[in-house]
Amino acid sequence: MSALTSLAQLQAADAGIAQPLATVRHCHVADAPLVLVPLKLAGEAAAPLAVMLGSAPDDASLLVVPQPRNRDLRFAFAADLAKLVLNHIETSRGAVEELPPGKEGEERIRYGNAPQFLVPNRGGVAFLRLLGRSTRFRSTEGPYAVDPAVPVLGRWLTWFAERYDHPGSSLLRAMTEVLRLHWATGQSSLEDGNLAALVGWIDPPDGLDGPAAAAQAEDPVVWPPAGPATDPTFDNEVLAPAIAAYDRSGGDPRTEERLRTAVASQLTPTWELMWRAVGLLRALPEGASVPGRWERDRDAFTYYHQTFGEAYPQARRDPPVRAARRLHDLERAQDAYDAQRAFDDPLVMAEYRLAGQAFGGTVTACEPERLDETGKRPKLRPRVRIATEDPVRLDVGTTVCNAARPALKGRIVELGGDGVLLELTGGMGRKLVPEPGTVPREGDRVVFTSLTEGSWGAAKFPDRENTPWTHGGPPEEYTPTDEDAEEEWS
Amino acid sequence: MTETAPDLARLRGGAPPRNHDARTIAALTANPGCARRGLMDAAGVDKDAVARTLGFPTPFGQSQFAITRGNAFEAQVKADGCAELLTLLRERLGLAVPEVAYDDLEVVAGNEGRELRHTRTRRLLARALESGEGTLFDHPLLRLEIAGQLAYLEPDVIAFQVAGRLHVIEIKSFAVVDGQAEPEQVAAAARQSAVYVLALRRLVAELGHDPSRVSHEVFLVCPENFSNRPTATPLDVRPQLAVLERQLARLTRIDRILEELPEDLTFEPGDALDASVRAVEARYAPECMGGCEMAFFCRDEARACGATGALGRSVRDDLGGVDTIGTALALADGSLSPSDDLAETAAQLRAAARLRAEALLAVRDGAA
Ligand code: SF4
Repeated sequence: MSALTSLAQLQAADAGIAQPLATVRHCHVADAPLVLVPLKLAGEAAAPLAVMLGSAPDDASLLVVPQPRNRDLRFAFAADLAKLVLNHIETSRGAVEELPPGKEGEERIRYGNAPQFLVPNRGGVAFLRLLGRSTRFRSTEGPYAVDPAVPVLGRWLTWFAERYDHPGSSLLRAMTEVLRLHWATGQSSLEDGNLAALVGWIDPPDGLDGPAAAAQAEDPVVWPPAGPATDPTFDNEVLAPAIAAYDRSGGDPRTEERLRTAVASQLTPTWELMWRAVGLLRALPEGASVPGRWERDRDAFTYYHQTFGEAYPQARRDPPVRAARRLHDLERAQDAYDAQRAFDDPLVMAEYRLAGQAFGGTVTACEPERLDETGKRPKLRPRVRIATEDPVRLDVGTTVCNAARPALKGRIVELGGDGVLLELTGGMGRKLVPEPGTVPREGDRVVFTSLTEGSWGAAKFPDRENTPWTHGGPPEEYTPTDEDAEEEWS
Repeated sequence: MTETAPDLARLRGGAPPRNHDARTIAALTANPGCARRGLMDAAGVDKDAVARTLGFPTPFGQSQFAITRGNAFEAQVKADGCAELLTLLRERLGLAVPEVAYDDLEVVAGNEGRELRHTRTRRLLARALESGEGTLFDHPLLRLEIAGQLAYLEPDVIAFQVAGRLHVIEIKSFAVVDGQAEPEQVAAAARQSAVYVLALRRLVAELGHDPSRVSHEVFLVCPENFSNRPTATPLDVRPQLAVLERQLARLTRIDRILEELPEDLTFEPGDALDASVRAVEARYAPECMGGCEMAFFCRDEARACGATGALGRSVRDDLGGVDTIGTALALADGSLSPSDDLAETAAQLRAAARLRAEALLAVRDGAA
């Protein structure tokens, strides 16, 4: 949050409609994302009640557990869900791209595409994570055997939930978070957590303004909650009697059908909302670095898919070295992601300008062919003076780069009342005269920043064999135990 | 303290006062600057009823599935004189728990007065502290002074004495999966437990014992993984205790709030209710939604007057002292010149406005 975001919120409140926080789309949106709207039974950690899923607005599948406390029904649900989800994963891969061989000559490939999962909110992500945790250790043989697809689903859901933690990854996204990255509303983040209210502010239906649409969205009768928690009144007045009727009838298909209809009524509005939100995102032009990040996602997906058969289910807890490396990776990814968004989007860069880490203005003086002849060989060191009103908080000597063309680098020589004097050091070609068009000229509007697109060194962590004893020594390979397979799911 | 009692009874309109629970106190300390809530709570006003009368009912009921699950889990843990709980404390936490007495201090003979129940809690605790014998007290009725008023606390916890120290045990029905639970739920449980620890410490001190005999370590009992099996997790609530004590000390004293208000003010249902509530200053923030029954009323009021606080703490903080959206926007577009103390905020807002406009314009021009 910054004063810039706050100002956008004030403007939204004043205008009665959401205001842009971004001028481009900062996430990948698949042609056919898998939209999942899960519901769970209130009071339970991960007792699924239902999920509506599909990869086109007119192609929703509805899975319901008619008695969420029944273990067999729950695993039957998990098996059905597994078939749909795994089918989506297998059909979203696209063609295989051959890549140049790796350092040790190993073969490298990348799938041309990857599956993208979209859920309404963070609760949806947490639910998929727990569902993954509660199914990935299941045994497919012995007394507690489950459908072979169930543990496979568990591992994939766990993997997607882990990728969700990776900044900039678009493999699994929560819709409210993605929308909040692009728009500011005139309500607080708490209310923005309600997908219907948030979309109401961004794209109010005809005849309503943002606040009116959001007020409607707070009525659970008009807009049932987007899950995974259900509306308590629905639970008490509709769901509980419907489940009781199903129990009493001994599983009569007619009572099951009535239950499905009731649950569908809670899911359909959110389902439609999800696709409206997808449409809102698609209408934004894609940010320049989005394809690059999606390529990293495809790499990660390719690797996991390729090695799936050789790996065990993910451990219950990360061993220490893996946890530390993961944390380090996430921090790096966060920095790179923040910087990339700023380079892609002047409105995000404006945040850095306000914070003094970037500055913009008009070039007032320019020596494009200036040479530095103090060393053995002369070097091309053009100087430009930039008049700026921005509150620059950079020191003399700081290296900066051009926001529109980050290859153009320079160093701050002077900071003063008449602007910033920059000495350009790179990105102008190899000759002693700059390539045409590289050095800004008088009257040009430019932005420079100290941000870089990920300048962190590689992580130095011990291999798993060398885990220090202070961290428990080398971890055992995690192999699931019988106990894992038999774990209660009640 | 006693002089304000008639005033508080008048505020309630003669209705009996409502007891606090740790949730209300934890929420109170989340918004210590709110005089409205402070007063209503001190007087024990039924805020839920007031909000309903004003047309802003709190919409969130509880799902019967959640209630059933919570009750079943608690009953299971407490069955047979807390047999399962004791096993847990012995085996999981390795506590040398000797034979214990289990006392349920909830209603003994029908509807006992709360003074009576509190006295009983005192008596039993005093005996336990002196003898040092292992004891489990379920539903003790505690007291805590809040803004100069004594509030009764109805904790749904067990006070447990082992090795001469008292621990608070809280039973919650959210799951602990692989040693982790949802952070918000743990945080809320820690805040609530801290209230009990503090109230217990005050009581222990009143009984002439060292308050540190009440441990800052509380035990959270939750279902483990996806099962109904309980697991116990020790939780250090020192940070929450520190916050709580600081916030309680900061609460404006009720007698001072009362001084500022009309002498006949009352929250009795009636035509004047709306005006009475509005007469007491509020300080709405979105956090109110999680803990105060008046939240929908106060949010509506805050939005109607364009209060920046309705947009969230971070906005309010970014605007350092500018209370309304209109003023902030006027400072941002330069149509209002700031007073000295707002000069910095105004400069920040103007810079933000200029940068936003520039970025949006650049894109529009680029697209055209
Ligand atoms: S909801 Fe209203 S009365 Fe309650 S704490 Fe917030 S501002 Fe105060």
